[in-house]
Amino acid sequence: MIKAAESTGHDGGAGPHSADHGSDGHAAAAPRVVRVRVLRQDAPGEESYWERFEIPYVENMNVISILQQVAARAKSRDGRRVAPVAWDCNCLEEVCGSCTMLINGRTRMACSALVDKLLEESAEEIELRPMSKFPVVRDLVVDRGRLFRSLERVKAWVPVDGSYDHGPGPRISPENQEDAYPLATCISCGCCMEACPQFTKIEVVRREDESAEDFESRKKAAFDSGFVGAHAISQAMLFNGHPTGKMIADERLAALTSQGGIQMCGNAQNCVAVCPKSIPLTRSIARAGRAATVWAIRKIFDR
Amino acid sequence: MSQPRVLVIGGGLAGLSATMRLAELGVNVDLVSLVPVKRSHSVCAQGGINSVNSLTRQQGDNEWKHFDDTVYGGDFLQHQPPVKEMADWGPRIVDLMDRLGVPFNRTPEGFRDQRRFGGTLFKRTAFAGATTGQQLLYSLDEQVRRWEVEGKVKKWEFWDFLEPVLDDAGRCRGAICQDLVTMQFRAFPADAVIIATGGCGLIYGRSTMSMVCTGSAVSRAYRAGAWYGNGEFIQVHPTAIPGADKLRLMSESARGEGGRVWVPKKPHDPRDPRTIPEAERSYFLEERYPKYGNLVPRDIATREIFDICTNEGLSVEKDRLCVYLDLTHVPRETLDRKLGGILEIYEKFQGVDPRVVPMKIFPAVHYSMGGLWVDYQKSSTGGLVEGSPRNQQTNIPGLYAIGECDYQYHGANRLGANSLLSCIFSGLFCAPGVIAGFDGGGKKAAEESSRLFESGLRREEERHHALLARTAGDENPYDLHQQLGNLMTRVATVVRRNEQLAAAYAEVCSLEERWGRCAVSDSGNWTNQNVVFTKSLGDMFPLAKLILKGALQRDECRGAHYKPDFAMPGLQATDPAEKRREAEQWCDRFEANTRRWLKSTVAKYGAGGEPEISYEDVDTSLTPPRPRLYGLVGGEMIEEVWNERQKKAGVGDGQGVSEGQGKQPAYAGSAS
Repeated sequence: MIKAAESTGHDGGAGPHSADHGSDGHAAAAPRVVRVRVLRQDAPGEESYWERFEIPYVENMNVISILQQVAARAKSRDGRRVAPVAWDCNCLEEVCGSCTMLINGRTRMACSALVDKLLEESAEEIELRPMSKFPVVRDLVVDRGRLFRSLERVKAWVPVDGSYDHGPGPRISPENQEDAYPLATCISCGCCMEACPQFTKIEVVRREDESAEDFESRKKAAFDSGFVGAHAISQAMLFNGHPTGKMIADERLAALTSQGGIQMCGNAQNCVAVCPKSIPLTRSIARAGRAATVWAIRKIFDR
Repeated sequence: MSQPRVLVIGGGLAGLSATMRLAELGVNVDLVSLVPVKRSHSVCAQGGINSVNSLTRQQGDNEWKHFDDTVYGGDFLQHQPPVKEMADWGPRIVDLMDRLGVPFNRTPEGFRDQRRFGGTLFKRTAFAGATTGQQLLYSLDEQVRRWEVEGKVKKWEFWDFLEPVLDDAGRCRGAICQDLVTMQFRAFPADAVIIATGGCGLIYGRSTMSMVCTGSAVSRAYRAGAWYGNGEFIQVHPTAIPGADKLRLMSESARGEGGRVWVPKKPHDPRDPRTIPEAERSYFLEERYPKYGNLVPRDIATREIFDICTNEGLSVEKDRLCVYLDLTHVPRETLDRKLGGILEIYEKFQGVDPRVVPMKIFPAVHYSMGGLWVDYQKSSTGGLVEGSPRNQQTNIPGLYAIGECDYQYHGANRLGANSLLSCIFSGLFCAPGVIAGFDGGGKKAAEESSRLFESGLRREEERHHALLARTAGDENPYDLHQQLGNLMTRVATVVRRNEQLAAAYAEVCSLEERWGRCAVSDSGNWTNQNVVFTKSLGDMFPLAKLILKGALQRDECRGAHYKPDFAMPGLQATDPAEKRREAEQWCDRFEANTRRWLKSTVAKYGAGGEPEISYEDVDTSLTPPRPRLYGLVGGEMIEEVWNERQKKAGVGDGQGVSEGQGKQPAYAGSAS
């Protein structure tokens, strides 16, 4: 088991081949500071404004560590004391879906946005903006409640009888599992909605003297008039492909063919380009389109 | 009165499974979470979920063996009845998750595939790619969303639990929570409150845990009088990717596929690692453990990596502790085929291709075995009585704890792929007992309640506004957090020494005092993350203190708690008779240590916030404690002596207590 201490030759000793790949952060001219401009907004309905920050460069930084430093310093680049920038994050390993924002104009996750790569895009300054298709709560925090409402609309679940023991689930072929698994890795980040030209912002503001319940139902109604989004279409296809999930396949297709359904898709294919999990969203949309057509025709003849 | 309501705090695997079961049993649930529940820390679990299954059963496995592996792996510090019940439920739970649509990997014939994990001989672990926790969480999230549409569940996402509300008799009647957007406070009257808020890794600054894992909810319950068990048992995973913001897990399978751990012999050698000649490298695991090399048990690997960086000063980098984990000698196509997923994570976050450049890794705090003390009711068959209100109940009636934030299932060390099981099990299993424990409030309670909730609201509002008003202090909460994290990581993780622990305790007290002079940089009252963070930092100190005090007082080595001053070294002698004598002495000492220290640590929030520590006997009625001899010099002789003693004492008959022990090469007392 123990390896010989002598050089086994695979490393070739000191060689000239070391500079070609993966510089390991020892770039020739690592910057001393990172400059960032953040589009801020104090609360819903308020004016937005730019604020600039400057923080020391550290190897392997990502946008989260920039924002952590911004919070710890609470000073703008010109030295004014300012409130820390608000932003959402949690797992910091691109699996919880919290930290979506527009970074150098592109919708992506802040945790996996590495500063070295961003500086290659724009060496002067990194730009952070909140997602534009969801209402701003504060700074980079947006309200993505509509995203989860879409999952309700398409009944994105397996309609089991309950949690009592009924033995294992249905047998599933490896092919079926390999087909379903990528769809099941959707982290509900909202990138596909942000990038979609057909998905437009819906912001519902609570009226004075409106009860919380009334506001909730008005908001839901407004959401339900808009596009469900690529993620929800893909989830509908995930569950329509599951042996138990497909028992309510028609209900999902009914949802997908009603207002804000699949007919809204303009086939821009931005969704699949920005998905951080490389989910085959356009394949799901194509499948959903075919299924919806078949279902609509069947409905005519079943009448 | 109105329909019964339960308040669940936390929407990870445990909170969601409890919510689902309660809703199904007809109870209305308020589900409070710091983040949308689908974004809870359970998403980070990778490896899988353990249970006996039809395949392992035919290879000689059974629920008893799963139970036995779990308590052996935990160094016998768990009460055994809850562990037995959990192992018994394992097959049903994995079946249930299968029915809920979790895309478990499949065999060619379409059955669930299983893999082998640390601490067992059997392939008990069902998995869904490398994101099993995510897939389990999503399927529960979906079921809870169903119940939400039905109107049985109301979610309160982006809400913070501030304190449980106790009546004059000490029973929990609900809680005070705060909306993290509007910063408004709200009282939640409830027939029971269940805390399911996970671990407390952020006390260590950076860990493999998510940003919500501050331990604040648990700390607030502790401050209100709930006891905390086994706080000093914190699992440290040997290989994580150091990051400025977080320490991300690098799976053990990297070493399984031939990865070699090394450091340059010259401290902080600035050369490109690929240019450092073999002779100038130290493959310290292979050198010190020639038999097991890089695949020594996890606690040993963790200890050695930590030691070479902190005590020997051989960290690869000067300002950051790390060692190389080198896969560059393994053919690229092998790496892509077998390790693709985890190598992509490294590449994505480090911007470096680990197939070409050695990875830089370091151990990281990973899991809290300890947590809120909870009760159980033992059944006549050695498991638990289903439906007993005592199950998962803290010492405060009506207040329950489940999942990683309870202390119940993993003892001194958690086995890999057991945490997902314990979370779902405790959530599902506790529900009928929680309902049986409703006392209807009573007339007196109803009269009291508005007064109780009003005073709770007032207290929390005052606390909040006092913090907001502190804009002139000279301390920065983020700096203090970093100092606390560095201190805890230095003294209360891998290697623990009494003088360091004692000094650290004093230092935490002084950090806490300095916290009282923290300035908040945001005095606004809308989505104020600054004040919420400052508040949760304040809640870390009581937990840090109980971890340190528990560790200081526990003068032994057990599982994740390692004190070199109290280690039991292997046998020295070579002469058989002398060796035998030493083995007898070793076993005497082991028995004495078991009598003295096989006890749960129970911390109570005492005067001035100091932890008052007492010890509770562990229920080992199902299988008696036995030594873990992995890798110990003279282990065979100790085992022989031990088995003779057991035979004489008449224990272990028919239960295979010592059978196979020492013959389990993969036994690492390890985690996922």
